[in-house]
Amino acid sequence: MTISKLVLIELWKRKSQLITGLLAVTLGIAVIVAIQSVSIVSEQNVARNLDNLGANILVLPQAASIDDYYTSDIDAPTLPMDYVERILTSTIAGVDNMSPKLTRRIKVGDQSVVLTGILPKSEIASKPLWQSSGLLGTELKTACASSTSANQSHGMEDKRLQRKAIDTLYSEDCFAGSQVAKRLKLSSNSQINIMGKEFKVVKILPETGTVDDDRIFANLRDVQKLLKIENQVSAIEIMGCCNAISEGLLGQLRNILPDTRVTTIGQIVSTQIETNQLMKKVTLVMLIIIFFVGGISIGNYIWANVNERKREIGILRMMGAERSTIYKMFLLKALILGIAGGILGFLLGTLAGVILGPFLAGIAVKPVYIYLVWSVLLSVAISLSGSLIPTYLAAKFDPHSNLQED
Amino acid sequence: MILQGKKILKQYRHNGGVINALDQVSFTVQKGDFVTVTGPSGSGKSTLLLALFGLIRLTSGNIIFDGKRIDNISDRKLTDIRKKSVGYILQSFALIPYLTTIQNVMIPLALEKILHKEQVKRASEILDYIGLSDRMDHLPRELSAGQQQRVAIARSIIHRPQIIMADEPTGNLDPTLSLEILEFLKKINQENKITIMMVTHSPVAAGYGTMKLHLNEGKIIGS
Repeated sequence: MTISKLVLIELWKRKSQLITGLLAVTLGIAVIVAIQSVSIVSEQNVARNLDNLGANILVLPQAASIDDYYTSDIDAPTLPMDYVERILTSTIAGVDNMSPKLTRRIKVGDQSVVLTGILPKSEIASKPLWQSSGLLGTELKTACASSTSANQSHGMEDKRLQRKAIDTLYSEDCFAGSQVAKRLKLSSNSQINIMGKEFKVVKILPETGTVDDDRIFANLRDVQKLLKIENQVSAIEIMGCCNAISEGLLGQLRNILPDTRVTTIGQIVSTQIETNQLMKKVTLVMLIIIFFVGGISIGNYIWANVNERKREIGILRMMGAERSTIYKMFLLKALILGIAGGILGFLLGTLAGVILGPFLAGIAVKPVYIYLVWSVLLSVAISLSGSLIPTYLAAKFDPHSNLQED
Repeated sequence: MILQGKKILKQYRHNGGVINALDQVSFTVQKGDFVTVTGPSGSGKSTLLLALFGLIRLTSGNIIFDGKRIDNISDRKLTDIRKKSVGYILQSFALIPYLTTIQNVMIPLALEKILHKEQVKRASEILDYIGLSDRMDHLPRELSAGQQQRVAIARSIIHRPQIIMADEPTGNLDPTLSLEILEFLKKINQENKITIMMVTHSPVAAGYGTMKLHLNEGKIIGS
């Protein structure tokens, strides 16, 4: 028999009381872990999308929203194809590549898919992940990064980010995103009927984790004809030289394209980043609330336990237990509660994140194991803080008056 | 001499006045004595028992235990004396409800941080000695009143104290069980030479004393 064993036995014999004691701190930790798990994956997702996107400037019709760009609504505004020419013929320096595209949501059979018209040479040049799947050609000359080494100077050390061009995408050919290929059971060289016209799937694109996975890509001219939106595009993605952007490329583009929205990808993702920052602030507020609510809850539980065990404390003090032994008894109990609350909170929060992440944030959440350590540390801190006052009072009890409660 | 009280005074404030719970109490107990403390309710018997080893602090007076003054020493030192040299038996048995018989008996050894193996050995011997070796793993609620008091006695002697302080140890027992417990205390007193100081209402129990103190209104009126 040791004091530690006595604590464990007492905990085990009164385990039903543990549930109420643990509830607040466990749920609190679970909420924080769930929010953080979703946030961190969301941040990683944004970072990966940024890497994969390649293009870093977006030209949209003035009336279009960022949502239109992603959702490809049937009546989303368009801008004239001539704008590509206008940029090309301008004296603006720093435009390495342009990918005009027309995008609309259509039906293929009973499936809803996004049809995107592209200029393949330009598009593939701006899609690093596509290049890694065999869509490779000669190196693209860039305005301020004409060689691989120059690209590396912009932090693009990954070979996938080296800019390339490929052959033409023929009129009856198309690429299929990985997800849409699965849904429509497409494979390389299979046929697909799009709005009454037969296309040959020449390539199933690799999974990128972006909206591209759910798209079918065909030649821009074909798509414009099919959709009867001649000489119009939904957006122009531009790969701009980093230095040029910082030196006013966006302003120059706005000057020659006055009725458009010229924005950087950074601005697009900033919304997501702001959301993540909001999540962090929410987490901080939750943390403060949980610290107090959890601490008070644990403190209340320990205080109830102290009162319930007044006589036991008196007996132990009578038999020669020092005040430090009483401290040890209740703080050890609080420590065990803290560890249990942290582990349970982590498991519950991670489970919630994994299950709810795809529904709430549209992302697959994986367990972040370092949060287990933080959860336990936080939970123990809450538990010990909440237990300090009840434990101090328990050790101060007069053993004689407690024994008289017989 | 193992225990001596000199002019022990314990006063309580009550309704603006002062009550003398113990009033100039003096006595001397020799090693191996079986002391019985009797007196009517409120005479100060239990207060005396609790005050001797610091569970109640005195207003004035001296207590000498094993040749040393203990009325003026720190709480920590008094706690240490209670842990090593004193065993307590209370009327209500004072067993910890969620611990088994053997675990309850081992508590004084746990407080002294004695190795588990030694604790089990000594607790088993004591439980055998008091005839409860077949109830080692029972919880207090699974034992009769007499058995519970025997467990309390086992717990009070397991750490080989010099003195046992018993406060109405037969108060909750029927006459037959009371006699059994009293005989047991006598056996411990005689076989182990442990001094016993027992507060009791019972004339039968008082008859077991080799030294008798009779208190009334906080004063010793007979010994």
